[in-house]
Amino acid sequence: MFNRRKLLLWGAASAVLPGLCASVPARADDAVKIGLILPMTGGQASTGKQIDNAIKLYMQQKGDTVAGKKIEIILKDDAAVPDNTKRLAQELIVNDKVSFIAGFGVTPAALAAAPLATQAKIPEVVMAAGTSIITERSPYIVRTSFTLAQSSTIIGDWAVKNGIKKVATLTSDYAPGNDALTFFKQHFTAGGGEVVEEVKVPLANPDFAPFLQRMKDAKPDAMFVFVPAGQGGNFMKQYAERGLDKSGIKVIGPGDVMDDDLLNNMGDAALGAVTAHLYSAAHPSAMNKDFVAAYKKAYGNRPGFMAVSGYDGIHLIYEALKKTNGATDGDKLIEAMKGMKWESPRGPISIDPETRDIVQNIYIRKVEKVDGELYNVEFATFEAVKDSGKTKK
Amino acid sequence: MASILTNLFDGVAYGMLLFVLACGLAVTLGLMNFVNLAHGAFAMAGGYICAVLVNNSGWPFFAGLPLAFVGSAVIGIALERTLYRHLYARSHLDQVLFSIGLVFMSVAAVDYIMGSSRVFIKLPAALEGQIDLFGVGIGRYRLMIVVICGLLTLALQLILAKTRFGSRLRAAVDDPRAAIGLGINVPQVFAFTFAFGCGLAGLGGALSAEILGLDPYFPLKFMIYFLIVVTVGGSSSITGPFLASLLLGIADVAGKYYVPKVGPFVIYTVMIVILLWRPNGLFGRTAAR
Repeated sequence: MFNRRKLLLWGAASAVLPGLCASVPARADDAVKIGLILPMTGGQASTGKQIDNAIKLYMQQKGDTVAGKKIEIILKDDAAVPDNTKRLAQELIVNDKVSFIAGFGVTPAALAAAPLATQAKIPEVVMAAGTSIITERSPYIVRTSFTLAQSSTIIGDWAVKNGIKKVATLTSDYAPGNDALTFFKQHFTAGGGEVVEEVKVPLANPDFAPFLQRMKDAKPDAMFVFVPAGQGGNFMKQYAERGLDKSGIKVIGPGDVMDDDLLNNMGDAALGAVTAHLYSAAHPSAMNKDFVAAYKKAYGNRPGFMAVSGYDGIHLIYEALKKTNGATDGDKLIEAMKGMKWESPRGPISIDPETRDIVQNIYIRKVEKVDGELYNVEFATFEAVKDSGKTKK
Repeated sequence: MASILTNLFDGVAYGMLLFVLACGLAVTLGLMNFVNLAHGAFAMAGGYICAVLVNNSGWPFFAGLPLAFVGSAVIGIALERTLYRHLYARSHLDQVLFSIGLVFMSVAAVDYIMGSSRVFIKLPAALEGQIDLFGVGIGRYRLMIVVICGLLTLALQLILAKTRFGSRLRAAVDDPRAAIGLGINVPQVFAFTFAFGCGLAGLGGALSAEILGLDPYFPLKFMIYFLIVVTVGGSSSITGPFLASLLLGIADVAGKYYVPKVGPFVIYTVMIVILLWRPNGLFGRTAAR
């Protein structure tokens, strides 16, 4: 009998206790939590580190309180594996009760989190991934990085207007590489250019020798290159080894291959490469000079385009919270973000109110030596470029 | 014509590189009958040793290469004495599980210590660019690989076939009990052989950083290539893996050049065809040991 009574007591207690716990407020009202999911290990780790660094820098400069609320960042490492991203996003939303999820180093990671953002009705701020489709997968996605269409179409237009008639393309065989190739080809051939050779390089095989030999034998005026940022160094070294720099075949492309992070290691072979991109550490504005100096002082190296995307991402979150007076309702935050305009280290940018994607200047840059270091020096500007991947529809 | 020869040369250089990377595995797998999937981890160790010495401590590249060999061999002998020797008598499955675990540990350790971004070794200017020989572009760096690897293959063949150590090793492999009875220190011979195999991997790792890239995922990314070389070549000699490496290197480069759309699969197709034709590899013994 006694046992049964004890059992009943336990049963009653276990039924009531969780209820009691739940009625205690799970978080203090004066804190806003941001779940930051980035690849901090693995092949994409440099992306994660740049964004993390930039966000820390921003919070040092602007303080960690907005509209009376303390900002708390919870950083999780997904190693760019979408399964991890999904699990981490779920934990952040359900357990940590975050008001934003942010980061996302690669497209599959950003897509994996999209349904969760929709379900939980919280903003997903994409700070790195660059395929067009991302913002269409949830009404709660906002992007502060770029799309490959933005830079690839611009370099396509620029090439035909500047005497480049025949181009051979070398792109990595995965979604961003295919995006870059498609958008470049559309604009380049529409302007009268001719693609004489088209090679897709498998993502996992970094020996470019046979592919580069094919480029060389096709004798184009220039080669259009997109490889993920980490492989850019290998690519340029083998490009020089094969003597393509001396044969007059110039490298053009979106700026990923000439990331500020890697540029200095590439050697003089990179000199003269012309790319179109959103950001260069050499961007000649006062704001950028301060940004680069502060970043260098804090972390010892220069910021790349991923760093500036992270810097703008956290700025967007701060400004949205200011507009809502600290309210963390997802719909209000997204409304506040739409159409927001501000000056970034990369130049003037805004959030397109229709697509929630970034609108920004795209600069044409040439690799030059400045004070003994290699920099992408900007020489032409295309203003307020929208993602043509969407405007076409 | 010139481009055919350039491709042929690139293929030979790539194959030679594969051979140095994989021949240590052929030794442990074929001669010692030990499945060491962690072979690539020793290659990676050699690459990073060379990179740190050359980039951070300012050693010349040609001093870094032998030290990559020595460093990996020392790591190899330390692990052989402490871990590997307990697994010689165990089943192949145990060996696979143990060595694959070692791979994951090495990936995490290097990622932690060195960071995950790709490392380049600073090359002397003399190794950069191409030499133009009758219109055929010969990469200087790749030429160096061919020379080093060619000499190494000769030396290896001589050591195994002609020296006292070679005959001891063969005796230790064929019948360990009889070899011990004859006064051969079998554990010592095995330890030395294992270390030598690791050293070769380390040298290969240092040489390959320029061409294949060096990052903490190296052992996982290239494990499949080591295994292809050893399975196609057969693991009972050095000549087998050598010819297999050359064949695969040339086929890979030619495939990617002439049919870039399906190029990456050519190496696997070659493997399947050869294994259908000769299940024990090109020079494998007809019956399993």
